[in-house]
Amino acid sequence: MLDFAGKRWYYLGFSMIFFIVAAVALAIPPHLRAGIEFTAGSSFTMEFTAREVKQDELRSAMSDLGHSEARIQGAGPNTYLIRTKELQGAPRVTDALAEGPQLPQEGEIDRITEGLRERFGDLNRKDFSTVSSTVSSEIVKNATLAVLFASVAIVLYIWWAFRQLPKPFLYGMAAVLALLHDAFVILGLFSILGKWRGTEVDTAFITALLTVIGFSVHDTIVVFDRIREKVTHDPYIPFEEAVNASLTETLARSINTSFVVVLTVVAMLLIGGVTIRNFLVVLLVGIISGTYSSIGIASQLMVAWENDDIGRFFRRILGREEPEAEAEPA
Amino acid sequence: MRNTSTLALFFGVLALTIFAVAVVWPSDPGRYLPGDFWPQGRGLKIGDYERETMRLGLDLRGGAYLVLEADPPPTYDGDINKALDGAKDVIERRVNSLGVSEAEVQKASGNRIVVSIPGVSLTDAQNQVGRTAALQFKVYNENGDLVPATGVVNGQTIAMTGQYLKNNTYPTTQGTLHAVAFETTGIGSQLLEQITSKALSYPAGALPRYLLIYLDEQEISRAQVQGVISSNGVITGQTSFTDSQDLSRLLNNGALPIPLKSIQSNEVSATLGEDSVVDSVHAGEVGLLAVALFMILYYRLPGVLAALALGVYTSLTLMVFKLWPVTLTLSGIAAFVLSVGMAVDANILIFERMKEELRRGRTLNPAIDIGFRRAWTSIRDSNVSTLMTCLILYWFGNQFGASLVKGFALTLAIGVGISMFSAITVTRTFLKMVVGSPLAKNHWLFNAEETASSSSARTAETRGG
Repeated sequence: MLDFAGKRWYYLGFSMIFFIVAAVALAIPPHLRAGIEFTAGSSFTMEFTAREVKQDELRSAMSDLGHSEARIQGAGPNTYLIRTKELQGAPRVTDALAEGPQLPQEGEIDRITEGLRERFGDLNRKDFSTVSSTVSSEIVKNATLAVLFASVAIVLYIWWAFRQLPKPFLYGMAAVLALLHDAFVILGLFSILGKWRGTEVDTAFITALLTVIGFSVHDTIVVFDRIREKVTHDPYIPFEEAVNASLTETLARSINTSFVVVLTVVAMLLIGGVTIRNFLVVLLVGIISGTYSSIGIASQLMVAWENDDIGRFFRRILGREEPEAEAEPA
Repeated sequence: MRNTSTLALFFGVLALTIFAVAVVWPSDPGRYLPGDFWPQGRGLKIGDYERETMRLGLDLRGGAYLVLEADPPPTYDGDINKALDGAKDVIERRVNSLGVSEAEVQKASGNRIVVSIPGVSLTDAQNQVGRTAALQFKVYNENGDLVPATGVVNGQTIAMTGQYLKNNTYPTTQGTLHAVAFETTGIGSQLLEQITSKALSYPAGALPRYLLIYLDEQEISRAQVQGVISSNGVITGQTSFTDSQDLSRLLNNGALPIPLKSIQSNEVSATLGEDSVVDSVHAGEVGLLAVALFMILYYRLPGVLAALALGVYTSLTLMVFKLWPVTLTLSGIAAFVLSVGMAVDANILIFERMKEELRRGRTLNPAIDIGFRRAWTSIRDSNVSTLMTCLILYWFGNQFGASLVKGFALTLAIGVGISMFSAITVTRTFLKMVVGSPLAKNHWLFNAEETASSSSARTAETRGG
């Protein structure tokens, strides 16, 4: 049996390093580079089929067309992803005051497409999307609410599923803390990637985050289920020992399962399209972090609580006498 | 112990899988599979029945997506919700006139209408949706030609159109006649008064006595003018109350009853969608193969069975996607990948438990039963929590028109549900088929032979448990 619980400070400390790095990254602006779904704006992908176009050429062409704010990113062979402020490509869809037939309004995007075609020859607009500020703030709000709701539901369910054990509520809390840890690590990573490579947070990112949350809880419950089994089987077993035995026995399963998902994700990363690359990176990091957090955080938090570590910590800080010996079973 | 119920289950699973594969088999397998010897086409056509194709979201097949929001003028005092219902009908009709199948027009919260049209560019979609609807009033002139009905207001000749008609017409009866009552708005009363007065100057039955109403160049009403109408009137002549109802609806919906503005729009070219599909399928194939290989190398015989169960799982899930039908999007594919992980996880949990039991010296049959029983609680709890998360996400997605989140939740929920069936029923049946055969005696095949490391693991387990 491996001693996980005795080394809980290493595990929690290791996570703390990531936590601090993520917190620092998120504290430095730009906190997260938001995609157009969150900030309002337009984005489109252009593939130039006539000749090779350099990023600089494209940038100056966009400036000529009145979009010096455009951000340009490579997205495949001779293909660029261009982001601009909200384009009035969307004519007002209304006819309430129309007198007779109206000419179809030409959107700004069509003007840009034409302008680029004049300069660089034939091209292919692969996608275009525009989001106004009304929608963008809602998406953030709804996604956050969804995560919070899901978290509360998970706490309640675990509370109920572990109701035969002492302090079932704590199991739910520990699982959710592990989940929040994973979410935070990913946010931190994307904050860093955003500063370094201009990676943006978009709706696909949110979906990936939701996936990771689902996986993290799934993983944590498997470990907790073992603890439940041990504690129900032998109510007098020391809690640390129950945790250690559970972690040891589920270790092969945890690693194998994560490895299986990682295999599929890596396959998609290597073969799948560019469009879902960010999504897969989140998944990859999240799954590794989710596996770690069920071993290194969720379970260790339970042990720490059971041993009243926080109380002891404060007593030590305040210079009080330790009520009992600090020796921990190896 | 190959008893009858195991055999029955085995053949049941086999039949179901064959059916599933027949359902999901791609029409053009060459795109996804190497070689060209695979059966092609959509298969047998029996009467009206033809095999479904997978329903793909806009991100996978290309098309335009628009979110429109009601943009009423400050003075608007009508019922916005009702006006939006009308607007939805109008947009639906306009979109359908494009002749694209599977176009969707949905009302969403926040006074919004979500329009998705596969296979058209955004510009086309916007022109189509925002097209000037023409609810026109027409009359015959002296030469018998159909001309717009006009009136003169402040010296200007203005045509009577849908914009001068309130969208609150309703079907009614006038004595024994079915009728539609209507009201005009703005200068509509002046226009209609002039038009009807002029029509009345002709003898009954003469062509110019008629007032016709056209919607998008289609005649929807033809009635003789009976009297001067200004601010309100009725149109009689429908043969049933249902006809009156239909006409009333058409009149109400002729023009977009409320101004709309586009707040979000999205376009994906068909080639990008096509690439995404092929890439994802290839990646999925490689991923599944890698998982199967890993399971076989690590768990040996049970791994082979789990790999087979994974094949069953994949075909069953895809079959449900196709028959439901679930609109598959990129986020849905991601959910599917995750559910594969969870399906394999259930197997891993069971095998690890089974291995423990085998190493304790049990024979295969009780080891299978105990392994499944002891793994069940964790499979149940972890999957129930995932299903709950799905439910919440689906509800949120539905509430706020976030199709991305909704599709993800639905696909994941279906995947998790089927993964429980596959891990428990399918794998168990396969394992039970092995019981009693010479294979069952070979512990190497179960990676559960007594080795130095495993006996130490056993001591650890006995101590722990």
